[in-house]
Amino acid sequence: MQVIKIDKKDWAGGLERLYDSFRLFGPVKQDEFHIFKELSKGELPDMILFNTRLSPKSIVYPQSETMFEYTLDENQKNHHIIKEIDKNYSPKTVIGIRPCDAKAFLLVKANFDSPEYKDPYWIKSYESTTLVGYACNNPCSTCFCTTAGCGPFHEQGLDLLLVDAGDHYFAKIITEKGENLLTAAGWSSEADSDTACDKIETMRQAAEAKIKTRISTDKLKDKNTTELFEAPFWEDVAFACINCGTCTYLCPTCWCFDIQDETFGLSGIRMRNWDSCMYPLFTLHGSGHNPRDTKMQRIRQRFMHKLKYYVDKYEDGIQCVGCGRCINHCPVNIDIRRVCDLMNSFEF
Amino acid sequence: MQNPYLPYPVRIDEIITETEDKNLKTFKFVFINPEDEKKFTYKAGQFAELSVAGKGEIPIGIASSPTEKGFVMFTVNKVGLVTSHLHAMKAGDIMGVRGPLGNWYPWDIMEGKNVVIIGGGFAFTTLRSSIIYMLDPDNRLKFKDIHVIYGARTPGMLLYRDELAEWEKRDDINMHITVDATDDPDWKYNIGFVPTITDQKAPQGDGDTYAIVCGPPIMIKFTQPVLDKLGYSHENIINSLEMRMKCGIGICGRCNIGKEYVCKDGPVFTLAQLNSMPKEY
Repeated sequence: MQVIKIDKKDWAGGLERLYDSFRLFGPVKQDEFHIFKELSKGELPDMILFNTRLSPKSIVYPQSETMFEYTLDENQKNHHIIKEIDKNYSPKTVIGIRPCDAKAFLLVKANFDSPEYKDPYWIKSYESTTLVGYACNNPCSTCFCTTAGCGPFHEQGLDLLLVDAGDHYFAKIITEKGENLLTAAGWSSEADSDTACDKIETMRQAAEAKIKTRISTDKLKDKNTTELFEAPFWEDVAFACINCGTCTYLCPTCWCFDIQDETFGLSGIRMRNWDSCMYPLFTLHGSGHNPRDTKMQRIRQRFMHKLKYYVDKYEDGIQCVGCGRCINHCPVNIDIRRVCDLMNSFEF
Repeated sequence: MQNPYLPYPVRIDEIITETEDKNLKTFKFVFINPEDEKKFTYKAGQFAELSVAGKGEIPIGIASSPTEKGFVMFTVNKVGLVTSHLHAMKAGDIMGVRGPLGNWYPWDIMEGKNVVIIGGGFAFTTLRSSIIYMLDPDNRLKFKDIHVIYGARTPGMLLYRDELAEWEKRDDINMHITVDATDDPDWKYNIGFVPTITDQKAPQGDGDTYAIVCGPPIMIKFTQPVLDKLGYSHENIINSLEMRMKCGIGICGRCNIGKEYVCKDGPVFTLAQLNSMPKEY
């Protein structure tokens, strides 16, 4: 596996060269928290200790996105007809994305890129993005990626993996896209592959050993769906929830959206916006009937979807990467690790 | 990459008010680009998203049969934002149709079998599509006996009354039209709830007979024990579900029951399938 050595003195220069061919995104401190945002030329990403508050999903999948436009002006040709618009899919790169967030994109891709239907907005946005990962040498206390199909040095979903080695970064090349980015940045000094890989491996094991919190997911697949659905613990799990939707907002693997038409005068757009299964109106029928009109039903849906329905549907593990954001930010301390344990160990 | 969110532009060709309370109207749409009609090849049981620019989209069962060419037809209940606007539109207006979406009634499995259609209220739309499909000369011999039990609250609330009367006269289909109640002395057909008429008129359930049941939850709830009594197995009972939808293509995450999306893995499910899914509808 080819590894490039990036001297930290060359870091800013390389990033500046990338502006010729990419739009850059990276973690930046805003007030008290870090978020991923577009970097202006000369602005450096903050290669931070812990993860950002919001996941970087909005870089590939914006919170609000115009899908189509239309005119209601009957004097115009093609009035009342929904028309496609030009979208900007010029190459983007996310510098400093954690392995958990990169793996999350792959889990979400299964939804937007299915054999029967392909979402052109998500797919084109994702395919034009190069993900430059940043390995976690110091996972947080709420990180449980190693038992959620991921890990602090996990490479799935990344094009490059940067490992902080003091005065330089190792850049492990994972895909051709990653290699092209290194060329565009002018980072070309090769490290001795064996020594570099050994060093990275040592750091990986040290990082993984720091992760103390673990979940068990081995029995989820074999549980009977309706029995799990009717389990008595849901009332208890849902009791404190206030349906604020924070978990779905921060989560890198949540993807639900709403489609709305917005008209200004005689012209308008059809747009999609993030939506949340935590909200009461999410499943409200026009007739007034709501299959999930109680809080318990909505909480149950979220956890069943993440830890059971997704497992059964895609046979690729749970729809969670262990980033810990929901645990950190839930105002009433509902913990997905505890719910996973309740589900995994449930006996009818 | 083809955009599955983009509707085909259509023109409203005709609007017919179906019911006496005027809440149900049938819309006939003609594709503005003729080649779109071929792309819209559908099967009885499927639905489409009707798209009104500036208002939004609604998932509605296709009422026309694939054997009817040149147009596509939907019967829409006036319920909210988009449907109210649609009801106020007129022939010649332009809107969009996206589809066909969802799965369909299992025509392959039902070939060579008896088919019993049990419908209530305005859930009858995809059942009209099914009946016209089966009665088409190219298809009629593929099926054995056809029974239709269809009920509404009053005679004025029945859909497609002219067609119902036509089918009544045919000898290759057994029609059992009913209303919950009526004080019309000229009413020629049954009076009674759909479950009651099903009990009286439906054939015994055996391996060779399939029941397609489509109606309001209360009708389904009380028809089920009757079908059990008549010996219908749960694999032979076919339902079509409704759910709030947006994308209609199994991506926005809104309409799931367990791991199935009603818009993509449904809306047609056998009762056996529904029994293995969470009861969240």
